Amino acid sequence: MSLKNPNEKGRFGPFGGRYIPETLVPACHELEKSFVEAWADDSFREELDALLSDYAGRPSPVTECLNLSDELNCRLLLKREDLNHTGSHKINNVLGQALLAKRMGKKRLVAETGAGQHGVATATAAALLNLECCVYMGEVDVKRQELNVFRMKLLGAEVRSVESGSKTLKDAVNDAMRDWVATVEESYYCLGSVMGPHPYPWMVRTFHEVIGTEARMQCEEILGTTPDVVCACVGGGSNAIGIFSGFVDSDAELIGVEPAGGAAIGRGVPGVVHGMESFLMQDEFGQVLEAESISAGLDYPGVGPEHSYLSSTGRARYESVTDDEVIEAFQLLSRSEGLIPALEPAHALAWISREREYLAGKTVLLNLSGRGDKDVGQMMEILNV
Amino acid sequence: MSENIQIESALRNRIDSGKKALVVYITGGLGDDWTQTMHSVIDAGADVVEIGIPFSDPVMDGPIIQMANDSSIGSGSTPVTILNDLREESPAAPLAVMTYYNLAYRMGHERFASSLALAGISGCILPDLPLEEFEIWSEAAVSSKIETILLAAPTTPDERLVQICARSSGFVYAVGLLGVTGMRSELADSAIEIASRLKNVTTKPVLVGVGIGSPEQAVKACEVSDGVIVGSAVVQEMINGSSPEKVGELVSTFRVALDKNC
Repeated sequence: MSLKNPNEKGRFGPFGGRYIPETLVPACHELEKSFVEAWADDSFREELDALLSDYAGRPSPVTECLNLSDELNCRLLLKREDLNHTGSHKINNVLGQALLAKRMGKKRLVAETGAGQHGVATATAAALLNLECCVYMGEVDVKRQELNVFRMKLLGAEVRSVESGSKTLKDAVNDAMRDWVATVEESYYCLGSVMGPHPYPWMVRTFHEVIGTEARMQCEEILGTTPDVVCACVGGGSNAIGIFSGFVDSDAELIGVEPAGGAAIGRGVPGVVHGMESFLMQDEFGQVLEAESISAGLDYPGVGPEHSYLSSTGRARYESVTDDEVIEAFQLLSRSEGLIPALEPAHALAWISREREYLAGKTVLLNLSGRGDKDVGQMMEILNV
Repeated sequence: MSENIQIESALRNRIDSGKKALVVYITGGLGDDWTQTMHSVIDAGADVVEIGIPFSDPVMDGPIIQMANDSSIGSGSTPVTILNDLREESPAAPLAVMTYYNLAYRMGHERFASSLALAGISGCILPDLPLEEFEIWSEAAVSSKIETILLAAPTTPDERLVQICARSSGFVYAVGLLGVTGMRSELADSAIEIASRLKNVTTKPVLVGVGIGSPEQAVKACEVSDGVIVGSAVVQEMINGSSPEKVGELVSTFRVALDKNC
């Protein structure tokens, strides 16, 4: 048994749905139909698999952390999504969606980005498949992730700085949706996480299930069984759902780690924004709160609806860590294993490090969703080097 | 509490007299004198006033209404303060609120619907609540006698237009273009097209909104439609700090042009 598909209204239990302007409803119907057809089409799957292996470098390995395992007194494995082309798991989804856009006859990809990883991945796929690309990015993120902004431009994408609201990922999504409303006939909205209106949460998850499928086999090989704990960071939740998908039917405990300043499940209540019904940080009147996190990729007040569902059923547990704990974990993995993680998966490691007593003697699989090159400049400032 | 006049009948009064209907959008809580602006807009000939209740993430709105939203929220407006302000008033035309679904969801469907009714509001527009998700809200709205106006877009297929018209009350909101609210230099061809397609399938009033920024554009849109909704042009005037009278003068240019040319 793997993760369940949403019902015909795009719901995982009570969460999900499709709350969008009427202008976009027919586009979502068309997308759902096209995705279902493509996914059932062997030639589409073969083309995607070929790109994932020959272009993106899959399968990504699983690395056992010998030094850190000693220090933490557990057996720690890393699923190395940081080794994918463009440096994170985001490429899995983007290659799938870009191929789908091409198949649907669309000429232009629109995307939002927080840390810039999804933006870079989208710009990459657009360059490869000869599509135009326009990426919305909050002004705050443009500043703290200037290397990724330059990468996107180098790849031929247009980067539009978003100056409304909190000037971060939430507002980048708003502007990407506004662009899509105006250009729906020629543009394809390449959403970067397991969020948004149906079919996005389901489709993006499906493109990331490769992480969990590979990791399940790799764990069988290394451990002879499944790990005791599977842990991943959660902003929108795409890397987490990807790795959870491989273990949802096992005995593994599934842990999603949110930033304390953007803990939709930890601090939010159900709400509706960006096309979906899910846990959301909001005030008593329903105004969406601004998330505050050291990590631009997790700086989001909502969460994908399937995570809300997994939390409500108890199949996955969601914890949060502070920025300070993340800074510690970032350095810990760098020093002990020679791996500089992105700030996002450093959240997952921060939880593991904090819970070392609880995890003593257990096998733990962490999804290392991205590499830290993009964050080195920010960390230099934080650490006053 | 003001008298609860039905939106559809107010529009029909105008349309049946051979004229075109004019709905004006203003942002609730924008400036201390916003309720005066509402009265002034009605005096200037608006048949219905839409009161925007600001939301933090208005994906269907362009820069002008976003700015008005931020300014209103920044000055302390909440759905409760705006509805309380309205309870003090007795407007001479029916009101509809335009906001986003999360505000209704958060307050609770029934409580939100009944608080609209208590504030003397007759209608509600939730642009991010499409037909498929409409049922729960619709039940609460009907029991509080709130007319829910649904949007139809240029991308909506014909069979879906029929369903939207069947479920919409008050009027049918024809989105005039592919895009968010805001003024454009010319009226989009799609405004005429969507109005014609709607007029072919419904007897309910069909009003075109989004992209109606000048009296000339309003007149042109009314070649087919029963009327127009004017938002950003009016809100821009409010953002500029114009007095309620001055905003009313702008609205009367629309009223005069419609009465003279349609």
